[in-house]
Amino acid sequence: MSVKFSDEKMKEVKELISHYPEGKEKSALIPLLHIAQGEFGGWLDVPVMDYVAELLNILPIEVYEVATFYTMFNTKPVGKYVLEVCRTGPCMVSGCDDIISYIKEKLGINEGETTPDGLFTLKPAECLGACGYAPMMQMGKTYREHLTKEKVDKLIEELRGKSNN
Amino acid sequence: MGVKLLLANDGVEGIRYYDTYRKNGGYTTAEKALKMSQADIVEEVKKSGLRGRGGAGFPTGMKWSFLAKPEGVPRHLVCNADESEPGTFKDRYLMEFHPHLFIEGLLISSFALGSNRTYVYIRGEYSWIPDILNQAIAEARNAGFLGKNILGSGFDCEIYVHRGAGAYICGEETALIESLEGKRGNPRMKPPFPAIQGLWMRPTVVNNVETIAAVVPIIAMGGDEYAKIGVGKSTGTKLMSACGNINKPGVYEIDMTISVEEFIFSDEYCGGIKNGKRLKACIPGGSSVPILPANLLLKTAKGETRMMNYESMSDGGFATGSMIGSGGFEVLDEDQCIVKHTMTLARFYNHESCGQCSPCREGTGWMYKILKNLEYGHGKLSDIDLLWDIQRRIEGNTICPLGDAASWPVAAAIRHFRDEFEWHVKNPEESQKRNYGLAHYADPIHVAATA
Repeated sequence: MSVKFSDEKMKEVKELISHYPEGKEKSALIPLLHIAQGEFGGWLDVPVMDYVAELLNILPIEVYEVATFYTMFNTKPVGKYVLEVCRTGPCMVSGCDDIISYIKEKLGINEGETTPDGLFTLKPAECLGACGYAPMMQMGKTYREHLTKEKVDKLIEELRGKSNN
Repeated sequence: MGVKLLLANDGVEGIRYYDTYRKNGGYTTAEKALKMSQADIVEEVKKSGLRGRGGAGFPTGMKWSFLAKPEGVPRHLVCNADESEPGTFKDRYLMEFHPHLFIEGLLISSFALGSNRTYVYIRGEYSWIPDILNQAIAEARNAGFLGKNILGSGFDCEIYVHRGAGAYICGEETALIESLEGKRGNPRMKPPFPAIQGLWMRPTVVNNVETIAAVVPIIAMGGDEYAKIGVGKSTGTKLMSACGNINKPGVYEIDMTISVEEFIFSDEYCGGIKNGKRLKACIPGGSSVPILPANLLLKTAKGETRMMNYESMSDGGFATGSMIGSGGFEVLDEDQCIVKHTMTLARFYNHESCGQCSPCREGTGWMYKILKNLEYGHGKLSDIDLLWDIQRRIEGNTICPLGDAASWPVAAAIRHFRDEFEWHVKNPEESQKRNYGLAHYADPIHVAATA
């Protein structure tokens, strides 16, 4: 896989960089890493981080230290769908433990693991700001709220169906 | 019904879009503000008594007046939309459903502070909200409320939405600035304060989303009128994020004149405890503020009714009071285990510590480990004193307030629920099967007669 943004993505990258004053382009690092992670398989491999460093004209280490600091950046491969179930206080009192153990049982994986077919990763998360709609999980760009076992069943089926087509 | 300022248009269909917002009186306050002098706007905000809605409650007008204005150096307004305090989701609600109110507030505040480039730093997990904001920004620009020479005032303003990537610490203003500069979110030593040297070492004001939105009604009605709403130094309205074991979780706007009891039990707000259970405890202002048992929550130690405002909530200090903080109001019913709940919070702070200061980096992990032992029936009685000792050594000994924020929930849990911790130690097997229950936490408080 060659590490290079498509022309369309490159336009988005340039637009983002233009949000910051001249000489302060490094500010675009986190937004660019989001794009890179989305484009190159859901995680940030070293060549990807090096590519971003090159785009911003900064040292690779400046990218590594940021990529490893923030929870949303994966520095190891993950499944196609990452199920991030919140388990902090408000979700805990609303029954997130039952949801987490149900997903573990259903997918046969533990927290932090990926299913053998590479489809699902279960990642426990800390407060995602949906406390009034607990229990909940983050799945890609969306939040799934007021979770029940039935909703988990439906979601997993739906995602399995999607990847079969 | 209390006064509604921020959520006055709640439920109006299409209020997310410019046309509907404009038809409902939107952007008229911006038109008014752009004809005022910058100093007058700051003065109105000062008179309003508005206090920062992110959690610390610092007077906004005063913060604005600290902004340095050196000749030839650009200044910036940065909006803190990194809402990550457990129990809090009000800023998300404002941005998602009332984006134009937020943008109007940003425009007025940017004008008052002289910020031509204003940034909204939004937590990365709210990944669908930047699209909503960017659409609203585009609409506002089309209507001439953003861009160059806005309404002929000679003032230029651009608003940029900047996504974070999952770090609670970036809600701390100097960590947020570091992150906005493309670095790790390590808080800076203060001074210099951001008002002197902030983003790119330029003078910067960092304000919470709700604070910025509140500027619109303040300028519309005038600071003096705004200050008449509420009570004492708790002026205006406050958004509360209600969650936990209640019938109606959600975001509510209160004018700070109602009692805690009314807020929890009336149908207008939380609608009472779920499943007919009884109230055990509550964290009234986001996970960092002290948890209170039911009796101290509803009445202060003096036996007075506790009200939903800054002063009443902190009545009694940390010994018998708490804080309104960010307004993250989490209610726990009689079935909840305080030890387990405290453990999840300790895990949260351990996960979110940036690792810069040793007391916080090491202490949060140590507290989590001990609480895990207590929760799973492997604790010792001496662990409770050890926990107390560790939190004392973190509090006040770190660069930023995350250390304090991690200490307070543990301290308050031990202060008010020590018997529940001891029960866990003495009944390791039983504690795995059932909860300690309500015990005496809802009993009326005994108020000693004064001599």
